[in-house]
Amino acid sequence: MNKKFSCFQELFSYDYSWIPSTLEKATPPPDPLHDHLSAFMTGKLLLRNEIPLDDESFQQMESSDLLATIPAIEKHPWGYKCRRCGNRKGHLFASLPDGAVYCRNCIMMGRISEKEHLYAYRLDVQWPKHIGACQWNGVLTTAQQHASNQILSAIDKGSLRLLVWAVCGAGKTEMLFPGLNLAFAQGKRVCLATPRADVVQELLPRFRSAFPHVEIQALHGASNDKSGSAQFIIATTHQLLRFGRAFDVMVIDEIDAFPFHKDKSLPYAADRAARKTAALIYLTATPRPKHEREIARKRLPVVFVPRRFHGHPLPVPQFITAFDFRKTLKHRELSPKILHWLRKRVKADRQLLIFVPTIEDAVIVTEILADSIPSITSVHASDPERSQKIQFFRNKSYEALVTTTILERGVTFPSVDVLVFDSGHQVFDQAALIQIAGRAGRSPDDPDGEVIFFHQGKTEAMVKAVETIRKMNKLGRRV
Amino acid sequence: MRCLNCHEIILHQVTWSNLFSPPSDAIICESCFTQLERISMPQCSICARPMARGKICKDCERWERDESWRGILEKNVAVFNYNEAMKNIVARWKYRGDYILIEMFKYEIQEVFQLHFSQQDLLLVPIPLSQERMSERGFNQALAIAALIKAPVREVLTRIHGEKQSKKSRKERVNTENPFQLLEQVSKPVLLVDDLYTTGTTLRHAAKLLKEGGAPAVYSFTLVRSG
Ligand SMILES: [Zn+2]
Ligand SMILES: [Zn+2]
Ligand SMILES: [Zn+2]
Repeated sequence: MNKKFSCFQELFSYDYSWIPSTLEKATPPPDPLHDHLSAFMTGKLLLRNEIPLDDESFQQMESSDLLATIPAIEKHPWGYKCRRCGNRKGHLFASLPDGAVYCRNCIMMGRISEKEHLYAYRLDVQWPKHIGACQWNGVLTTAQQHASNQILSAIDKGSLRLLVWAVCGAGKTEMLFPGLNLAFAQGKRVCLATPRADVVQELLPRFRSAFPHVEIQALHGASNDKSGSAQFIIATTHQLLRFGRAFDVMVIDEIDAFPFHKDKSLPYAADRAARKTAALIYLTATPRPKHEREIARKRLPVVFVPRRFHGHPLPVPQFITAFDFRKTLKHRELSPKILHWLRKRVKADRQLLIFVPTIEDAVIVTEILADSIPSITSVHASDPERSQKIQFFRNKSYEALVTTTILERGVTFPSVDVLVFDSGHQVFDQAALIQIAGRAGRSPDDPDGEVIFFHQGKTEAMVKAVETIRKMNKLGRRV
Repeated sequence: MRCLNCHEIILHQVTWSNLFSPPSDAIICESCFTQLERISMPQCSICARPMARGKICKDCERWERDESWRGILEKNVAVFNYNEAMKNIVARWKYRGDYILIEMFKYEIQEVFQLHFSQQDLLLVPIPLSQERMSERGFNQALAIAALIKAPVREVLTRIHGEKQSKKSRKERVNTENPFQLLEQVSKPVLLVDDLYTTGTTLRHAAKLLKEGGAPAVYSFTLVRSG
């Protein structure tokens, strides 16, 4: 290959060729704890201080071929690249007094410089083969079953990607069960990565009860056990920065979600955490244009789940113009259009979930509404009481919750009407609006909550969001 | 240009309110700049602790009452208050080891040095790190600060005990063995440099050795005044 071209390749594509292959035949370390150590170290890229060995045993292992020593930073004609996080931005590298260049992007995981190494363990670990691991007795809907079959076949074949495009409330967790059941029967290692720690915590007990005999660990910023030595890892995407060529099945939840599509180091790490032969399963309700293009070019296989698990269609948002929204808010009042709707709403016993563009808006709107709705509160991303408030709203201790876009995904409340104030604001892109609308009608007991976009002029995002929801409902009727 | 602290692109919006505040070749953004809190008057005339009234704070009074410590440290000058933003930055700089972050304080460090010490012919002496800490961190934070000041720097101190101050009482800490050793005599007045002034014990231990070793006077300069 031409040298210039290979330099370009290094710049524009992920290259993990520096990760050594595993050894077919190797003498395991003579330590009686070696099984435990192997499970901890396999599929990881570790710093010296993350490896629980004294200097003597470490050097012994290093001098055998069990441990590969990998320089952490690559130097190229165009600049530097951090192998741990994939960072290539010049302003995110700096030098120490001795001249060694270090990566500023992943420094929160322990600084790595040119002079330091990542260590990769080369012994292949045999994970247990669990026959009939799945103890879940539920029944999948036709739509779920269809997607589930595709997932299972992807996991069986390996070496491919599959995008599962499932509407909000489709029941995607259950669709994974048959495929994972097969994976564990084949002794495969599985990772489910999701952008949010609260989703990790919510999923862990569900998977533990479905797969009671499989060792499952949850990894996120605040988890106590960060060893990541289990056969099945449920993790926030950030935690993948420690893994390399680890998983046979890699499920990435909400692949379109922040911070996954904003922080370039996360797709880099997610790709690297999967083995070359892995099945990559992407889950999303709102694919990003990049994936839609790949689907259109038939480069990314896709399976649609256009129907909610309870069989009812997605609530279609209604538009109500409130041109005076900002003007009235300045005078600490709500637009008469909003007040009118609140007075006339069809099912007044539903809880209200109100989305606003900014934290300031959330505070003001909450103050104004507190006169007529005494049990109301607001949440935003850095609210220390965030999870407690969400829990109280779920318990119906609050009648209304005013929120910024942080509650657009992941959280489920059984019976809410969803309002968006100033829905034309730039924070509400198409994906956000679809996710927000998807908060309504989640329960089979109350499947048609209302979704109202109060706006000061329709935006393309609003129109496209409704179009997409209608399209999915149409597809859903055919299933 | 990217902000050195938050990595966001710095927008140069010159308004009347910021025209004179951050330097024109700003390396941090307006929002990070406004989080930093310069120590304001009135403050303790010895240790620079912000105070509502009085000339010398209770801690310094105690030092000055003790015969063996009286006048050991002429005065400390600090640049910033130890607010939440500062704690966060210092933690990333010192403990996470993001060495380059010190650059964001360059302008203020130079300005405060000029204001208090430009008339004197001082020798800058950074508080040393132990070998172990140095190899772990890859830099001495006190030397990093001293290097930003336009004055001669000499590392005449070395550390014989580690940094851990453990859970000893103040009295025990003050009267324990001096953790430093002087490598050579000095004849000029000295400006000790460190990142934090907390209790003043570390700086006074160093100052004591320097005075015994010939320094006619010892001052100190710290990035932050905590407590
Ligand atoms: Zn990095
Ligand atoms: Zn900034
Ligand atoms: Zn004082």
